[in-house]
Amino acid sequence: MLLIKCPYCEEERPELEFRNAGEAHLVRANPIIEQSDDDFAGFLYFRQNPKGLQFERWRHIHGCGRFFNAVRDSVSDKFLTVYKAGEPRPDLNTLLSPVAAEPEPPATKRTRAKKVEV
Amino acid sequence: MVEIVQATRRHPLQAGQLDVASVSVTLADNATRVSLRAKDNAVSALSKALGVTLPMKPKTTATNGGRAALWIGPDEWLIIDNAESGVIADLAKAKVLHSAVDISHRNVGIIVNGRGAAAVVNGGCPQDLSLKAFPMGAASRTVLGKIEIVLWRTGEDAFRVECWRSFSNYAYAFLQESARDVAI
Ligand SMILES: [Zn+2]
Repeated sequence: MLLIKCPYCEEERPELEFRNAGEAHLVRANPIIEQSDDDFAGFLYFRQNPKGLQFERWRHIHGCGRFFNAVRDSVSDKFLTVYKAGEPRPDLNTLLSPVAAEPEPPATKRTRAKKVEV
Repeated sequence: MVEIVQATRRHPLQAGQLDVASVSVTLADNATRVSLRAKDNAVSALSKALGVTLPMKPKTTATNGGRAALWIGPDEWLIIDNAESGVIADLAKAKVLHSAVDISHRNVGIIVNGRGAAAVVNGGCPQDLSLKAFPMGAASRTVLGKIEIVLWRTGEDAFRVECWRSFSNYAYAFLQESARDVAI
Protein backbone atom coordinates (compact mmCIF):
# COMPACT_ATOMS: atom_id res chain seq x y z
CA MET A 1 0.00 0.00 0.00
CA LEU A 2 1.21 3.49 -0.81
CA LEU A 3 1.77 5.95 1.98
CA ILE A 4 0.66 9.40 0.91
CA LYS A 5 1.52 12.53 2.83
CA CYS A 6 -1.43 14.82 3.46
CA PRO A 7 -0.28 18.46 3.70
CA TYR A 8 -3.16 19.22 6.08
CA CYS A 9 -2.67 16.23 8.40
CA GLU A 10 1.09 16.78 8.08
CA GLU A 11 1.91 13.09 7.99
CA GLU A 12 1.91 10.03 5.77
CA ARG A 13 -1.32 8.09 5.73
CA PRO A 14 -2.40 4.87 4.04
CA GLU A 15 -3.58 5.09 0.45
CA LEU A 16 -7.01 3.70 1.37
CA GLU A 17 -7.91 7.02 3.00
CA PHE A 18 -7.41 8.92 -0.27
CA ARG A 19 -9.12 9.38 -3.61
CA ASN A 20 -7.49 10.63 -6.76
CA ALA A 21 -9.33 13.62 -8.14
CA GLY A 22 -7.79 14.08 -11.57
CA GLU A 23 -5.50 16.64 -13.11
CA ALA A 24 -4.61 19.68 -11.06
CA HIS A 25 -4.42 23.37 -11.97
CA LEU A 26 -7.33 23.37 -14.41
CA VAL A 27 -8.61 26.91 -14.62
CA ARG A 28 -12.19 27.67 -15.54
CA ALA A 29 -12.40 30.44 -18.12
CA ASN A 30 -13.89 33.72 -16.98
CA PRO A 31 -16.34 34.63 -18.44
CA ILE A 32 -16.96 31.05 -19.53
CA ILE A 33 -19.81 32.12 -21.83
CA GLU A 34 -17.30 33.67 -24.27
CA GLN A 35 -15.26 30.47 -24.56
CA SER A 36 -15.52 28.49 -27.81
CA ASP A 37 -17.07 25.02 -27.72
CA ASP A 38 -13.71 23.46 -28.55
CA ASP A 39 -11.93 25.31 -25.77
CA PHE A 40 -14.67 24.37 -23.33
CA ALA A 41 -14.48 20.71 -24.37
CA GLY A 42 -10.75 20.91 -23.74
CA PHE A 43 -11.33 22.33 -20.28
CA LEU A 44 -14.04 19.80 -19.45
CA TYR A 45 -12.83 16.58 -21.03
CA PHE A 46 -9.31 16.50 -22.36
CA ARG A 47 -6.51 15.71 -19.94
CA GLN A 48 -2.74 15.43 -20.31
CA ASN A 49 -2.47 11.89 -18.92
CA PRO A 50 1.33 11.91 -19.28
CA LYS A 51 3.60 8.96 -18.85
CA GLY A 52 5.84 10.36 -16.15
CA LEU A 53 5.43 13.30 -13.83
CA GLN A 54 2.01 14.80 -13.45
CA PHE A 55 0.32 17.40 -11.32
CA GLU A 56 -2.84 15.96 -9.86
CA ARG A 57 -5.47 16.58 -7.24
CA TRP A 58 -6.02 14.21 -4.39
CA ARG A 59 -8.61 14.21 -1.67
CA HIS A 60 -8.02 12.91 1.84
CA ILE A 61 -11.61 11.81 1.79
CA HIS A 62 -11.50 9.37 4.72
CA GLY A 63 -9.25 11.66 6.75
CA CYS A 64 -9.41 15.42 7.00
CA GLY A 65 -11.60 15.60 3.89
CA ARG A 66 -9.41 18.18 2.16
CA PHE A 67 -8.40 18.39 -1.50
CA PHE A 68 -4.71 18.97 -2.10
CA ASN A 69 -2.26 18.74 -5.01
CA ALA A 70 0.55 16.32 -5.63
CA VAL A 71 3.31 15.68 -8.12
CA ARG A 72 3.39 11.97 -8.89
CA ASP A 73 5.27 9.86 -11.39
CA SER A 74 2.62 7.84 -13.21
CA VAL A 75 5.17 5.13 -14.05
CA SER A 76 6.72 4.49 -10.64
CA ASP A 77 3.82 5.84 -8.52
CA LYS A 78 6.38 7.84 -6.55
CA PHE A 79 5.08 11.08 -5.03
CA LEU A 80 7.64 13.86 -5.43
CA THR A 81 5.77 16.34 -3.32
CA VAL A 82 2.37 17.35 -2.01
CA TYR A 83 1.09 20.87 -1.43
CA LYS A 84 -2.07 22.56 -0.25
CA ALA A 85 -4.84 23.57 -2.62
CA GLY A 86 -4.33 27.10 -3.88
CA GLU A 87 -0.56 26.99 -3.55
CA PRO A 88 1.42 27.61 -6.75
CA ARG A 89 2.62 24.76 -8.93
CA PRO A 90 6.09 23.76 -7.65
CA ASP A 91 9.06 24.01 -9.97
CA LEU A 92 9.90 20.55 -11.29
CA ASN A 93 13.56 21.31 -11.82
CA THR A 94 13.91 22.26 -8.19
CA LEU A 95 12.06 19.14 -7.13
CA LEU A 96 14.19 16.85 -9.23
CA SER A 97 17.47 18.52 -8.33
CA PRO A 98 19.52 16.59 -5.77
CA VAL A 99 19.98 19.80 -3.85
CA ALA A 100 16.26 20.48 -3.71
CA ALA A 101 16.43 21.25 -0.03
CA GLU A 102 18.68 24.24 -0.59
CA PRO A 103 17.13 27.64 -1.22
CA GLU A 104 18.03 28.51 -4.81
CA PRO A 105 20.47 26.32 -6.72
CA PRO A 106 22.79 28.12 -9.19
CA ALA A 107 21.58 28.12 -12.79
CA THR A 108 24.28 25.71 -13.94
CA LYS A 109 23.04 22.94 -11.67
CA ARG A 110 19.49 23.18 -12.93
CA THR A 111 20.12 21.78 -16.39
CA ARG A 112 21.01 18.42 -14.87
CA ALA A 113 17.39 17.47 -14.28
CA LYS A 114 16.05 18.09 -17.76
CA LYS A 115 15.64 14.43 -18.65
CA VAL A 116 12.11 14.10 -17.38
CA GLU A 117 9.37 15.15 -19.79
CA VAL A 118 6.20 16.65 -18.45
CA MET B 1 -4.72 -45.99 18.53
CA VAL B 2 -4.91 -42.74 16.60
CA GLU B 3 -5.96 -39.71 18.53
CA ILE B 4 -8.17 -37.44 16.54
CA VAL B 5 -7.89 -33.76 17.27
CA GLN B 6 -11.01 -31.93 16.37
CA ALA B 7 -11.12 -28.17 15.89
CA THR B 8 -13.98 -26.45 17.65
CA ARG B 9 -16.58 -25.56 15.11
CA ARG B 10 -18.17 -22.15 15.54
CA HIS B 11 -21.21 -20.80 13.88
CA PRO B 12 -20.16 -17.86 11.69
CA LEU B 13 -22.97 -15.69 13.02
CA GLN B 14 -21.72 -16.23 16.56
CA ALA B 15 -18.39 -14.64 15.78
CA GLY B 16 -17.01 -13.03 18.87
CA GLN B 17 -19.85 -14.05 21.13
CA LEU B 18 -17.79 -16.70 22.82
CA ASP B 19 -15.88 -15.23 25.69
CA VAL B 20 -12.41 -16.05 24.47
CA ALA B 21 -11.07 -12.62 23.64
CA SER B 22 -8.69 -10.61 25.79
CA VAL B 23 -10.14 -7.51 24.21
CA SER B 24 -13.74 -6.56 24.84
CA VAL B 25 -15.87 -4.96 22.17
CA THR B 26 -18.82 -3.20 23.74
CA LEU B 27 -21.39 -0.58 22.86
CA ALA B 28 -20.75 2.95 24.06
CA ASP B 29 -23.57 4.72 25.87
CA ASN B 30 -25.81 6.95 23.82
CA ALA B 31 -24.15 10.30 23.37
CA THR B 32 -24.57 13.78 22.00
CA ARG B 33 -22.47 14.33 18.91
CA VAL B 34 -22.04 17.52 16.98
CA SER B 35 -20.23 18.08 13.72
CA LEU B 36 -18.71 21.53 14.08
CA ARG B 37 -17.28 23.50 11.18
CA ALA B 38 -15.69 26.91 11.58
CA LYS B 39 -12.90 29.12 10.32
CA ASP B 40 -9.85 30.00 12.44
CA ASN B 41 -11.25 33.37 13.51
CA ALA B 42 -14.26 31.74 15.22
CA VAL B 43 -12.29 29.16 17.18
CA SER B 44 -11.66 31.11 20.36
CA ALA B 45 -15.30 32.19 20.72
CA LEU B 46 -16.52 28.65 20.07
CA SER B 47 -14.02 27.21 22.53
CA LYS B 48 -15.30 29.58 25.18
CA ALA B 49 -18.93 28.65 24.48
CA LEU B 50 -18.12 24.95 24.58
CA GLY B 51 -15.86 25.01 27.59
CA VAL B 52 -13.33 23.00 25.60
CA THR B 53 -10.40 24.55 23.74
CA LEU B 54 -10.84 23.29 20.19
CA PRO B 55 -7.63 21.46 19.19
CA MET B 56 -5.84 22.96 16.18
CA LYS B 57 -3.21 20.27 15.65
CA PRO B 58 -4.00 17.36 13.33
CA LYS B 59 -5.04 14.12 15.05
CA THR B 60 -5.42 15.68 18.50
CA THR B 61 -8.29 16.01 20.96
CA ALA B 62 -9.20 18.13 23.95
CA THR B 63 -11.51 17.20 26.79
CA ASN B 64 -13.19 18.91 29.68
CA GLY B 65 -15.10 16.59 31.99
CA GLY B 66 -17.30 14.43 29.80
CA ARG B 67 -17.07 16.74 26.81
CA ALA B 68 -14.53 16.07 24.09
CA ALA B 69 -13.53 17.85 20.89
CA LEU B 70 -11.80 15.77 18.24
CA TRP B 71 -9.82 17.43 15.43
CA ILE B 72 -11.17 15.96 12.19
CA GLY B 73 -9.96 18.47 9.62
CA PRO B 74 -8.50 22.00 9.45
CA ASP B 75 -11.98 23.47 9.96
CA GLU B 76 -13.87 20.51 11.36
CA TRP B 77 -14.34 19.01 14.80
CA LEU B 78 -16.44 16.22 16.24
CA ILE B 79 -17.85 17.11 19.65
CA ILE B 80 -18.90 14.19 21.86
CA ASP B 81 -20.65 14.51 25.21
CA ASN B 82 -23.17 12.51 27.24
CA ALA B 83 -26.69 12.11 25.90
CA GLU B 84 -28.26 14.82 28.09
CA SER B 85 -25.71 17.54 27.43
CA GLY B 86 -26.67 20.72 25.64
CA VAL B 87 -23.82 21.05 23.17
CA ILE B 88 -25.93 22.73 20.48
CA ALA B 89 -27.43 25.16 22.99
CA ASP B 90 -23.97 26.03 24.29
CA LEU B 91 -22.65 26.60 20.78
CA ALA B 92 -25.65 28.78 19.94
CA LYS B 93 -24.35 31.26 22.52
CA ALA B 94 -21.31 31.95 20.34
CA LYS B 95 -22.25 34.74 17.97
CA VAL B 96 -19.61 33.90 15.40
CA LEU B 97 -20.04 32.27 12.01
CA HIS B 98 -20.03 28.49 12.36
CA SER B 99 -21.98 25.39 11.45
CA ALA B 100 -23.03 22.98 14.20
CA VAL B 101 -24.99 19.93 13.11
CA ASP B 102 -26.44 17.51 15.64
CA ILE B 103 -25.39 14.05 14.48
CA SER B 104 -26.09 12.28 17.79
CA HIS B 105 -28.32 9.71 16.13
CA ARG B 106 -26.27 9.32 12.98
CA ASN B 107 -23.34 7.78 14.82
CA VAL B 108 -22.89 4.74 16.99
CA GLY B 109 -19.97 4.38 19.39
CA ILE B 110 -18.14 1.11 19.98
CA ILE B 111 -15.55 0.68 22.72
CA VAL B 112 -12.59 -1.62 22.09
CA ASN B 113 -10.83 -2.24 25.37
CA GLY B 114 -8.13 -4.57 26.64
CA ARG B 115 -4.61 -5.77 25.95
CA GLY B 116 -4.13 -5.91 22.20
CA ALA B 117 -6.88 -3.40 21.40
CA ALA B 118 -4.67 -1.73 18.79
CA ALA B 119 -4.22 -5.04 16.99
CA VAL B 120 -7.98 -5.56 17.02
CA VAL B 121 -8.59 -2.18 15.38
CA ASN B 122 -5.68 -2.77 13.01
CA GLY B 123 -7.56 -5.85 11.84
CA GLY B 124 -9.39 -3.44 9.54
CA CYS B 125 -7.70 -0.06 9.94
CA PRO B 126 -4.48 0.60 8.01
CA GLN B 127 -3.18 3.43 10.20
CA ASP B 128 -0.08 3.11 12.34
CA LEU B 129 -1.55 2.64 15.83
CA SER B 130 1.72 2.38 17.72
CA LEU B 131 1.78 4.64 20.77
CA LYS B 132 4.38 6.79 19.05
CA ALA B 133 2.29 7.47 15.95
CA PHE B 134 -1.15 7.36 17.58
CA PRO B 135 -0.70 8.28 21.26
CA MET B 136 -3.32 8.42 23.95
CA GLY B 137 -5.80 11.15 23.12
CA ALA B 138 -5.14 10.94 19.39
CA ALA B 139 -8.14 10.81 17.08
CA SER B 140 -8.64 10.62 13.36
CA ARG B 141 -11.17 9.90 10.70
CA THR B 142 -10.04 6.77 8.89
CA VAL B 143 -11.32 3.45 7.55
CA LEU B 144 -12.22 0.10 9.12
CA GLY B 145 -12.61 -2.63 6.56
CA LYS B 146 -14.93 -1.15 3.99
CA ILE B 147 -16.46 1.62 6.08
CA GLU B 148 -15.42 5.03 7.33
CA ILE B 149 -14.94 5.54 11.06
CA VAL B 150 -13.64 8.08 13.52
CA LEU B 151 -11.08 6.45 15.77
CA TRP B 152 -10.19 7.90 19.17
CA ARG B 153 -7.58 6.42 21.46
CA THR B 154 -8.91 6.95 24.99
CA GLY B 155 -6.26 4.84 26.70
CA GLU B 156 -3.15 2.84 25.96
CA ASP B 157 -5.36 -0.19 25.31
CA ALA B 158 -8.68 1.50 24.71
CA PHE B 159 -10.27 2.91 21.58
CA ARG B 160 -13.60 4.45 20.77
CA VAL B 161 -14.82 3.71 17.26
CA GLU B 162 -17.53 6.02 15.93
CA CYS B 163 -19.33 4.82 12.83
CA TRP B 164 -22.51 5.64 10.98
CA ARG B 165 -25.53 3.86 12.40
CA SER B 166 -26.31 1.89 9.22
CA PHE B 167 -22.73 0.58 9.30
CA SER B 168 -22.82 -0.30 12.98
CA ASN B 169 -23.73 -3.97 12.52
CA TYR B 170 -20.78 -4.36 10.20
CA ALA B 171 -18.37 -2.51 12.48
CA TYR B 172 -19.52 -4.39 15.59
CA ALA B 173 -19.26 -7.82 13.98
CA PHE B 174 -15.94 -6.89 12.37
CA LEU B 175 -14.38 -5.79 15.66
CA GLN B 176 -15.71 -8.80 17.56
CA GLU B 177 -14.30 -11.17 15.01
CA SER B 178 -11.01 -9.29 14.99
CA ALA B 179 -10.93 -9.53 18.81
CA ARG B 180 -11.32 -13.28 18.58
CA ASP B 181 -8.54 -13.49 16.00
CA VAL B 182 -6.20 -11.43 18.16
CA ALA B 183 -6.93 -13.58 21.22
CA ILE B 184 -5.95 -16.81 19.47
ZN1 LIG C 1 -5.54 14.99 5.65
